[in-house]
Amino acid sequence: MIDFEPTPEQKEAIKVAHQLAEELLRPVSRYYDEHEHENPQEIIDKLWEKRFEGSLFLGLDMTAALRAEEACWGDVGIFLCFPTPGLGGAAIFATGTQEQLQRFLGTYNEGEPKWGAMAMTEAHCGSDTSAISATAVRDGDEWVLNGEKIFVTAGKRSMENPGGVVVIWATVDKSAGRAGMKSFVVQAGTPGAKVEKMEKKLGIRASDTVTIVLDNCRIPYENILGSPEVRKIDKTTTAGFKKAMATFDATRPMVAAQALGVGRASLDFVKEALEKEGIEIRYGLPRHKLSALERDVMDMEANYKAAKLLTLRAFSMMDQSLPNSLEASMAKAKAGLAVTKITQKAVEIMGPLGYSRKYLLEKWMRDAKINDIFEGTGQINMLIVARRILDYSREQLK
Amino acid sequence: MISFSPSEEQQMIVTMVKQFANDEMRKIYMECDESGEIPARVIDTAWQLGLVSTSIPEEYRGLGGEHSAITGALIAEELAWGDLSMAMHILCPALVVYPILEMGTEEQKKKYLPAFCDERYKTATAALIEPRFGFDPYSLSTTARPDGNGYVLNGQKCYVPLAADADLLLVYAAENGSSQGFIVEKGTKGLEIGEREKNMGIKALATYELSLKDCRIPKENRLGGSKGCDFGRIMNCSGVALSAMAVGVARAAFEYSRDYAKERVAFGEPIAARQSIAFMLAEMAIEIDATRLMAWEAAWKLDRKEDATKEASALKLYADDMAVMVTDRAVQILGGHGYIRDHPVELWLRNGRGFATFDGMATV
Repeated sequence: MIDFEPTPEQKEAIKVAHQLAEELLRPVSRYYDEHEHENPQEIIDKLWEKRFEGSLFLGLDMTAALRAEEACWGDVGIFLCFPTPGLGGAAIFATGTQEQLQRFLGTYNEGEPKWGAMAMTEAHCGSDTSAISATAVRDGDEWVLNGEKIFVTAGKRSMENPGGVVVIWATVDKSAGRAGMKSFVVQAGTPGAKVEKMEKKLGIRASDTVTIVLDNCRIPYENILGSPEVRKIDKTTTAGFKKAMATFDATRPMVAAQALGVGRASLDFVKEALEKEGIEIRYGLPRHKLSALERDVMDMEANYKAAKLLTLRAFSMMDQSLPNSLEASMAKAKAGLAVTKITQKAVEIMGPLGYSRKYLLEKWMRDAKINDIFEGTGQINMLIVARRILDYSREQLK
Repeated sequence: MISFSPSEEQQMIVTMVKQFANDEMRKIYMECDESGEIPARVIDTAWQLGLVSTSIPEEYRGLGGEHSAITGALIAEELAWGDLSMAMHILCPALVVYPILEMGTEEQKKKYLPAFCDERYKTATAALIEPRFGFDPYSLSTTARPDGNGYVLNGQKCYVPLAADADLLLVYAAENGSSQGFIVEKGTKGLEIGEREKNMGIKALATYELSLKDCRIPKENRLGGSKGCDFGRIMNCSGVALSAMAVGVARAAFEYSRDYAKERVAFGEPIAARQSIAFMLAEMAIEIDATRLMAWEAAWKLDRKEDATKEASALKLYADDMAVMVTDRAVQILGGHGYIRDHPVELWLRNGRGFATFDGMATV
């Protein structure tokens, strides 16, 4: 039955996350934007204390997405610092064995805060993930990793705090193309894996984005996610690569949910400001009677709603274990673009108040933009949608 | 629980309507657009699917099925995918049936509803839009003046579907500044139906201008009696229906241009293999889906008897723009061929362009 009512548990999750966003994140939002690379330790400590209260945003289901939206309404940069298994965890959940899940994430909630990250991008390739050149060579009971990964979100935290994991993408056989692409779990403190360069960014400045250099980094053979097989006979066999992409079916809608939080923050700000000024948005009027401002606000709201419903649909399918690759990319493409537009419009509408660092609108505009870039740019997601609706392979539609 | 799956019953209805749209409407819609006529046989066949009459309670001779705006939105999309003119024609009686069902007095229900439970299509319509710049449904120029035991209606209406054949017309007029509905029976003195209109699109649907000149109706013909009607809800139901129809028209145009783009070869490969075409199609697909989900959400609110004004109006603006964007791109993808009436995409662009002006011409 078509229904838009969240479950009581979801409503509670939204409430708790919203309260956390309002009380914990908003007051320090500007501080950590202006003090890039400073660690929001007090937030992390508080979250870690609360980790059993369902506020740690573990999981990749609709409830987790609803929570993530609220938290990102508070601050998306700090959200990306939350002690969670993150995208690395998502990859392990999606492609790991029970044993691996237990070994890497089984004690996640114990002891000190821990993080997880995923390292895919390299200096010469972002969207074209099949072109990565980091290598993994088997040596007896070990894999030896070499290469350089850039733009690793939460990479520093994950590598430097005990118990952290980074999922590294590397090729076991360059000549096999996509079929040779495998993912490997590198645990925090592994010799040969070094964090270099912390990027300075347009937004999400609280979040660390780093380069990880792998120099003869040795990891146990059992740390490979999925099958080590490369079936060379048939070069079109891309099972390994497809598994990696399956991870994105889960993480793309999650990024869309994060984006929605930033978009709604801007929208709420604008609506509250207009209300204070006594400017009413007259819903129900025919379009020719609406002011340009009313049209803008309604358009922002509709775009937010469109992105939100597409995101919830992708999660609804995932929660039922239905294939959702098309829907996940639709949600991500729409949400990334929608919040980019919403937050930019919000700055425009509020004029000097929007541009001033006294308020958070300009920050949200900077923060929002990343959602149209990471976890698949808007264009890559459009390409995926296009291939799906046309039933084209990547060779047919480049 | 948040869910995007229609119920089994809704899926059955959708399958049935889809089949009708494909087997009946799609066979003749281009001819109908040229001739301006829809064969009565098709309308009767559609009527026998019971899309409107099912929701009339048994006490008024109906089947007593549930009246749901979500189901209405699903039906509207499928019918409009078949053809917008025919969809509006088939569902036209709902413009009278649903408001009476939801807001009518017991007497109005008893008097008017049973006639819509027959096998044969019964024509009824609503008159809302007025032929003037700056038309606003919430501030109508047509007036209803209480006078003794009745009301006197005065004003001009346009875009009234099937007015010439309608046995019943629900005329919206301002009574002390507030929009209310008034049931006008065929042949009432002062009701003058004008010439059939000529429009850019929905050419197979007969629409008329009409004028009300001191048209006197009994007091009990005020929709909802002394309580009146919830006009905002009527407009919201219309917004949802039209948006769902916009999705249907857009989907038709999307599917056609997608298939064309896969067949049409230029520079040695199908044009769909070029990102400039493929990305247009991807965006069309995303916006169609997004609009459908928004229509469902607004319909869901209506079904819960909640105020859906905010959702319905944001939806309507979005759907109007989406329909133009998608149908225009469909023409663009076909290029010169899209401009030629051998292909239906120009028809969909003409129909799609109309949504922003179709206030009150469909309901759920």
